[in-house]
Amino acid sequence: MYSNGYIFRYASIMVILVAAILSAAAMLLKPAQQRNEDVDKMQSILAAAGLRDVPVKDAIQVFNKSVTDMIVIDKNGSVVDDYKDDNKQQSRAFKINLKDELYKKSIGKDYELALYVIENDGEKIYIVPLRGVGLWGPIWGNIALKSDFKTVIGVTFGHKSETPGLGAEIETINFQNQFPGKLIFDENGNFTSVRVVKGGIANIPVANQIHAVDAVSGGTITSNGTSEMLKNVLESYVPYFKKQG
Amino acid sequence: MSTAKQEREPLFSSKNRKLLTSPLNLNNPITVQVLGVCSALAVTAKLKPAFVMAISVTVVTALSNYIISLLRNGIPPRIRIIVQLVIIALLVIVVDQLLKAYVYDVSKQLSVFVGLIITNCIVMGRLEAFAMSNKPWPSLLDGIGNGLGYGMILMIIGFFRELFGSGSLWGFPVIPQSFYEMGYKNNGFMILPPMALILVGIIIWVQRSRNKELLEEN
Repeated sequence: MYSNGYIFRYASIMVILVAAILSAAAMLLKPAQQRNEDVDKMQSILAAAGLRDVPVKDAIQVFNKSVTDMIVIDKNGSVVDDYKDDNKQQSRAFKINLKDELYKKSIGKDYELALYVIENDGEKIYIVPLRGVGLWGPIWGNIALKSDFKTVIGVTFGHKSETPGLGAEIETINFQNQFPGKLIFDENGNFTSVRVVKGGIANIPVANQIHAVDAVSGGTITSNGTSEMLKNVLESYVPYFKKQG
Repeated sequence: MSTAKQEREPLFSSKNRKLLTSPLNLNNPITVQVLGVCSALAVTAKLKPAFVMAISVTVVTALSNYIISLLRNGIPPRIRIIVQLVIIALLVIVVDQLLKAYVYDVSKQLSVFVGLIITNCIVMGRLEAFAMSNKPWPSLLDGIGNGLGYGMILMIIGFFRELFGSGSLWGFPVIPQSFYEMGYKNNGFMILPPMALILVGIIIWVQRSRNKELLEEN
């Protein structure tokens, strides 16, 4: 009924049309999507420092006001950029793609990392953005440290596609509330990170409990991914922390 | 002129109205056709994502039904499934992009499930069963009807799961604090997908006991 030529022409025209429509939609909606992603990132950074539930419409304003410094450091821990102006979205630190930088680190190339500083009641809070892998996809987050670069003030975690009710629990307040007060260095100044321990911290030596939190039941791989993410990212900042301390 | 007008079927003739209403009850895509169940389990832990999913599926079913019906005489039968899938995928991606641009928090919650509308059997089921052999307007109505029928079940399940699982509706707490103080606890099982399956089962049971014509003869 239909010739092969017709089928071929039909399919080709259809594919070209569909591609054109999709590209147009992607281009037109890009600015709005980018803005949403930026706002989400800001909310997550603020939440790690304790400013949870900043509404979407105020997020940019609150972020610009609360964050005092947007620092970029290199792999030796030296500061290469320190942005203090108002429009924080334009800063080099905000635009760093952590995924790419961690990849550069893994293959031994030079890399740059972002560090955000918030001043709260005269005390500086340092926020480190995180990125790692869970069970099904990427996980990410932010961890806020006191100016001693040891004590955790708070964390936020997000994930793309962890199992709801199991791995996805890292996104909940209950899981994240375990982190404040934990230490990422031991008393000898050795980097320990914060481990997410399967079976609960009650089962490990008391001396280590300050460097660990309970894992999510049924979410072992996501929990291990979270541990690995914290260790991998925070250890890249250790040279900077040592220089400051 | 006037005779032509008389011959044309009114836009909402009883037959067309039936296309809209029958999927809500006697021909419901989830409880009678038993299609699209897995997405009904995945997005109904809270009302809001269930609602957005319902709207998205309705838009995709309605528009893809309409477009395929417009093209139905030109689509080569040998590649018709491919054409249908391309149209569905196009619409789903556009919906996904719109959600990301305008309701970002919901799009974050729905995450992978929006992409999975492409594989929702209701959409392709309606294209094959209806749009390929009917005019555009009835096809549009059939799409909307089936989307709403699907959405209605989603909302019912979402209502009970959020109420008993999280003690809230649409994100607002509705169970008073005094209940919790008296020892009431949210039922964690409600949050997990198996409970949605059980709720679907209960809905099917209630529906079949009220409509005897749905019972299969053994």
